[in-house]
Amino acid sequence: MTSKYQIYFFSFLLILIAVATMTYKVKILDFPLFSGEEKSVWNVEAKVKFTGHGNNVFVSLALPDAQKGMYVYNENASSPNYGYTTATSDGYLRGEWAKRKVSGEQTLYYSIDIVTDEEYNPENLKEYEHKFSIEASSVILQAAAAIMEDAYEHSADDISMTSRLISEFNKPKPSQAIEMLKRRYIHSSKDLREVLVGLLEQKKVKLRRIGAVSLVDGQKNVLLKPMLEVLGNGKWQLFDIKKGKLDKADDLFIWQRGAVSLLDAEGVSNSEVRFSVTENVVSARSAALLKSSDEQLSLMDFSLFVLPNESQNAFKRLLLIPIGALVVVLLRVLIGIKTSGTFMSVLIAMAFMQTDLIPGLIMFILVVSLGLIVRSYLSYLNLLLVARISAVLIIVVGIMAVVAVFAYKLGFKDAITITFFPMIILAWTIERMSIVWEEDGPKEVFLQGGGSLGVAILAYFAMINPTMQFWTFNFPEFLLAVLGLIILVGRYSGYRLSELYRFASMVKRK
Amino acid sequence: MIALPSELKALGILGMNARNIDYIGRYNDRTLYPLVDDKLQTKKLATQHGLKTPELLGSIEFQGQIKKLLEYVPSGKGFVLKPAQGSGGKGILVVTHHDGENFFKPNGERYNLHELKRHASNILSGLYSLGGKDDVVIIERIIEFDNVFDGFSFEGVPDVRIIVYRGYPVMAMMRLSTSMSDGKANLHQGAVGVGIDIVTGKAVSAVQFDRPIELHPDTDKELMSLEVPHWDEILELASGSYDMTNLGYLGADIVLDKSEGPMMLELNARPGLAIQIANSQGLLKRFEQIDKVANEHQNLQERIRFSLEHFGGQND
Repeated sequence: MTSKYQIYFFSFLLILIAVATMTYKVKILDFPLFSGEEKSVWNVEAKVKFTGHGNNVFVSLALPDAQKGMYVYNENASSPNYGYTTATSDGYLRGEWAKRKVSGEQTLYYSIDIVTDEEYNPENLKEYEHKFSIEASSVILQAAAAIMEDAYEHSADDISMTSRLISEFNKPKPSQAIEMLKRRYIHSSKDLREVLVGLLEQKKVKLRRIGAVSLVDGQKNVLLKPMLEVLGNGKWQLFDIKKGKLDKADDLFIWQRGAVSLLDAEGVSNSEVRFSVTENVVSARSAALLKSSDEQLSLMDFSLFVLPNESQNAFKRLLLIPIGALVVVLLRVLIGIKTSGTFMSVLIAMAFMQTDLIPGLIMFILVVSLGLIVRSYLSYLNLLLVARISAVLIIVVGIMAVVAVFAYKLGFKDAITITFFPMIILAWTIERMSIVWEEDGPKEVFLQGGGSLGVAILAYFAMINPTMQFWTFNFPEFLLAVLGLIILVGRYSGYRLSELYRFASMVKRK
Repeated sequence: MIALPSELKALGILGMNARNIDYIGRYNDRTLYPLVDDKLQTKKLATQHGLKTPELLGSIEFQGQIKKLLEYVPSGKGFVLKPAQGSGGKGILVVTHHDGENFFKPNGERYNLHELKRHASNILSGLYSLGGKDDVVIIERIIEFDNVFDGFSFEGVPDVRIIVYRGYPVMAMMRLSTSMSDGKANLHQGAVGVGIDIVTGKAVSAVQFDRPIELHPDTDKELMSLEVPHWDEILELASGSYDMTNLGYLGADIVLDKSEGPMMLELNARPGLAIQIANSQGLLKRFEQIDKVANEHQNLQERIRFSLEHFGGQND
């Protein structure tokens, strides 16, 4: 039977597309698979301060380049009344502020927002030219000879030599030569870095300077951490000048790399640049969204996230209806439960989501029972069907209002949510139930009503499931899998669970 | 209490899902449904094909015509009001006798003219039709059922349901109303189903609420003593409904009138599965036998002969 195989093919294809798209979004776009996951978004702010003296001012700040594992989704230069541009000089990106006749204390801000992302690997990582920039003084050279001899002896290559050197400098009791250098030249960690650079360059080690910011929340007005990178085995190895070799640098944002000056300021005095770091914890979904909207992925351009917030919320609930429908299909086709009206249960379940289960159940039963009582009176009036349903509809509105007011007076605030019940559905339910009551008796009413409510409760639980809610909205393609499943179940021609009971007597008699 | 799927399969029992997909879906073309869903159409078609149906007294299409209702009703005699597109016996009102003001149902309950007209109005507004569509009221002569069924039915017309598969009568069942089913012949409302041997027209087993029973619950009549007269004619009527509608899987409901003999009451394009329980026999094996020979038999007589040869008694 070819149509059967077509069905299999089609539904598995749908499920496959859904799974593939979800995998892509999780793996590549970094969407979290579950709702609770959180990610950090870092804001790193450079604050440039200087004093103007009525001159024309030109300030140039080295800006960070793209780097592995750090996704920059937003850059912002805030500088009132200054002309701001970015420019590239010698292959380095710089932010440039300019203004005429500046006097007094001035502050300029430049901030970037970062999402850490292990997978992120920008294409054009710059390879910096190695420059011997410092002419070391003869004093250093003499002390250096001894120090470097030791480091050279106790190492195998440039990397291990650098490690050795750094650990020698950071010993509580360093050698005499180091002691001497420290006393005369090293008054800050930046000095230490410069001395290390000077020493290593003597041995023709290929290296470059690094200025980094630690991504630790709440840092205010800190300087760039001086660090250095050494080339070995064709790769640049990062060194902390206090701790030595760094294998992982995922909490370091490198702002400055190479022998480029961090800040150039013309026409001013007391210029300095300080950094602050703030951490924002956002849901992993928002982080992924920040990223993907920035990358202008066409996939995301046509996603639900482009809608205004209100519509997004409306869709959040609409997208759950297929889940309710799936529950109805499974219960009817596989189990064989009798309900009154095919999808009435789903609509009731939707109402339960707004009212919560127990208050919703109480209100539903209350309104339907009151409605049935009133409807039995309408029976005597001998009205046409349309008029009768409309009458029931108006009575339903009335009952809802009365129930809401009374319950509110009695202190049950939940009762206000009664308005979420779809009135037309309630009216039809009452009409149908009363017909069933007249024709098949109260037993059938409880059977069908109970079946519908049971299905509604199960659909409700499926629809309030946080994972389901998260998936249907963030991965609408998940609904393709639901569709595939429904199509598959739609071809199920085996026995229903209820039939195993129904036909049981035939088995016994054989 | 509960059977294994493999046990049901071994008995060849047709399940609801398989019925919908493999039989109704495959053999009943949707465009043909109106022929049986609209009883007025079925009646007219049957008359064209020479199949007997209860006499049509009149029909009402608009609310305004309801006041003329009494013009269609034979004075003093019984009649039936039914929705042309009703399902599951809903909305059928049987009046056994009346005086123009009071209308008596089989259970003695009385309707006044007002209530009778309200019922007609409900039918027209689509209360009993599938999907609430506007409907038509059919007014039919009441069936005076054959005396052979005395004691077998409580306040209702017993009818014979025959499953006709690709034109072959496959399985038969008599539906007897009970006090519990309120005079209706619907098994799920408590009517008794008696499996009837397709060859002899004699009872083979009986069920109520899907469970076996021996005696009619109201009259205590021995159900196995039931024997349907005019059996050959009934089979021809059933099998002929296939030639009339081209529905490959259908249920023909046939009643026996005292003077007119077997008459086709209505046809059903989605007949239920309870007939298997009433006969203590699955439908699937018989369907498979027919599938092997379906193209060999040219006419109604050949098809019936095949059924008589193969589906007698408890043949499997």
